[in-house]
Amino acid sequence: MFDAVLRGLRLIGRNVIDRIWRLGYASRFFAAVLMHSGTALRRYNLTIREIYFAGVLSLIIISVSGLFVGMVLGLQGYDTLQRYGSSDSLGVLVALSLVRELGPVVAGLLFASRAGSAITAEIGLMKATEQITAMEMMAVDPIARVVAPRFWGGVISMPLLAALFSALGVFGGWLVGVVLIGVDDGSFWAQMQAAVDFRQDIVNGVIKSAVFGMAVAWIAVFEGYDAIPTAEGVSRATTRTVVTSSLAILALDFVLTAFMFRGI
Amino acid sequence: MNRATIDLWVGIFVALGLAALLVLALKVGNLASANISDTYTVQANFANIGGLKVRAPVKSSGVVVGRVAGISFDAKEYHAVVSLQIDRRYEFPRDTIPSILTSGLLGEQYIGLEVGGDPKVLKDGDTFKITQSAVVLEKLISQFLFDKAAEGEPKKPAAAGAETK
Amino acid sequence: MSAEQLVEVDDVSFAYERRPILTGVSLKIPRGKVIAIMGASGCGKTTLLRLISGQVRPTRGTVRVDGQVVHELDREGLYRLRRRMGMLFQFGALFTDMSVFDNVAFQIREHTDLPAELVRDLVMMKLHAVGLRGSHAFMPSELSGGMARRVALARAIALDPMLIMYDEPFTGLDPISMGVIGQLVRALNAALGASSIIVTHDVQEALQLVDYVYFVSEGRIVAEGTADEVRASRHPYVHQFVWAEPDGPVPFDYPAAAFRDELLRAPHV
Repeated sequence: MFDAVLRGLRLIGRNVIDRIWRLGYASRFFAAVLMHSGTALRRYNLTIREIYFAGVLSLIIISVSGLFVGMVLGLQGYDTLQRYGSSDSLGVLVALSLVRELGPVVAGLLFASRAGSAITAEIGLMKATEQITAMEMMAVDPIARVVAPRFWGGVISMPLLAALFSALGVFGGWLVGVVLIGVDDGSFWAQMQAAVDFRQDIVNGVIKSAVFGMAVAWIAVFEGYDAIPTAEGVSRATTRTVVTSSLAILALDFVLTAFMFRGI
Repeated sequence: MNRATIDLWVGIFVALGLAALLVLALKVGNLASANISDTYTVQANFANIGGLKVRAPVKSSGVVVGRVAGISFDAKEYHAVVSLQIDRRYEFPRDTIPSILTSGLLGEQYIGLEVGGDPKVLKDGDTFKITQSAVVLEKLISQFLFDKAAEGEPKKPAAAGAETK
Repeated sequence: MSAEQLVEVDDVSFAYERRPILTGVSLKIPRGKVIAIMGASGCGKTTLLRLISGQVRPTRGTVRVDGQVVHELDREGLYRLRRRMGMLFQFGALFTDMSVFDNVAFQIREHTDLPAELVRDLVMMKLHAVGLRGSHAFMPSELSGGMARRVALARAIALDPMLIMYDEPFTGLDPISMGVIGQLVRALNAALGASSIIVTHDVQEALQLVDYVYFVSEGRIVAEGTADEVRASRHPYVHQFVWAEPDGPVPFDYPAAAFRDELLRAPHV
């Protein structure tokens, strides 16, 4: 009995220590990436290439999802608002939910599964096929040459994708609300513009998406670089990237929201 | 993948992203209307501001003429001091009465200006002489209950001052 | 002394998480020679290459390359040393996201500021040396195993290294490609005035082209000599290895409990 309790406690302790150790390891890796970012920024072609893979290739899924999320918001929002006779506020509802929350969060989740997993898989496979070691043997630092450009490509792409998501979402809401259902065009935009504050809502939304982009890019490059260099290891690392970055986005969203929209 | 093609696509992508940000700022947000650059500031003292917040609109006849710039508490006189930034294009008589109103039943609170008849106009740094505080829902309800107890009738429907975002 | 020996491994031990891989290994690689390190899979051959290239630190002893103690170098020094080493990985390890040309040009572009035409000329020279000038526009996925290995070789010699290391260069190749690689090893070694280390278990291929052989077993050097000495060796391990006999000092059976006991054991254990 006593032994079982001891064993249980030891298991918890072991787990906690492992987690903390891994977090510390990931933080050191993050610091190393930042310190070796000189090459990625000086030779910006490397980073542009990664913006292509992380950003441009995510355009379609982000645009389509943004449009549809906006359209659904338009439908659902109208359905609820018209019960209180305030269907004119549809624009406010669509714009605020997108700009403050759904834009950064949903775009971040999509980005994690579309671009984050690709980054992890690519770096993991490079490691598994000894490309990373080969690079080190050629006296080229793989963190500067492989990891940092992918990290910055992700960090730069994410806020742009989130902005596109929100803008297309508002357009989708307008399409359903104004064109399809017939909410007044003028009050749709006027109420929205009166309620959405540039500094308070839009800038905060952009800050959120930038933070999410950093978190996802960090997790993706770390998991890839840390992957066990086998097929199974890479596949597990890819899964971990999607799961961990999704959880990180949700947790960070809560913290950021609590700081940004408290009281004011 | 060709380098020039990648450059082109990334260029398109960044341009699209920035355009989306611009649309959000100008079309969705209030950046276009918010920059009333030329303003003057006047003070108003309220016994109670209810749920009024910084950056709330100041309206006259329903038109936005300014914004709430700051809210503070005067510890000597025990009232709230609200400073209003008003567009310099609009001038108001000195006996104008600001009151804290609510848009709709549960909407956000704003300051409405009821224009008086004084020939002199408010200048930068002036203070409103008379103000009308926010209506607090709890007070209204208790008043309603007292009136009910005294067999009175509530006079008019209440405009609420509840906490809203 | 180090004028003659390019690489000196002196009494080196290495353990991976307390599991000993190498114990008390000493070997010398003279300049201009081709040396083979042979042994069964998992005997620590590849670890020797990693020690020489500074990817891992020895737990005891020193590795000297061109007079410098590898594990005492800082990062800068190590990278400077590695620029003068070329390594051919087991499966080539070509960068899969770059064309053949860009793969070979990689080191030249990373470490020099040469104009594009000069880089082009250099790359074409290296590709010509391995006979694949015509394939410069291919992606690595479009190459056969043997061609990929040759491209990787062209990449390894891009900066004219003083030391070329081959990690199992013959694995998974057809006999013709094997012969081609073998010839290239010798030809490049002579042309570049370099020294070469081949880690392999393909005995017959290797014996045809090397000057000296070290045999490694269970983390120790058990025999050494020239190709002819090795073929004639009466050392039981070398004999078994060279003539590919199934049983000998390297047992056929992996150490296990007695067969009878195993059969009588309860099935669920």
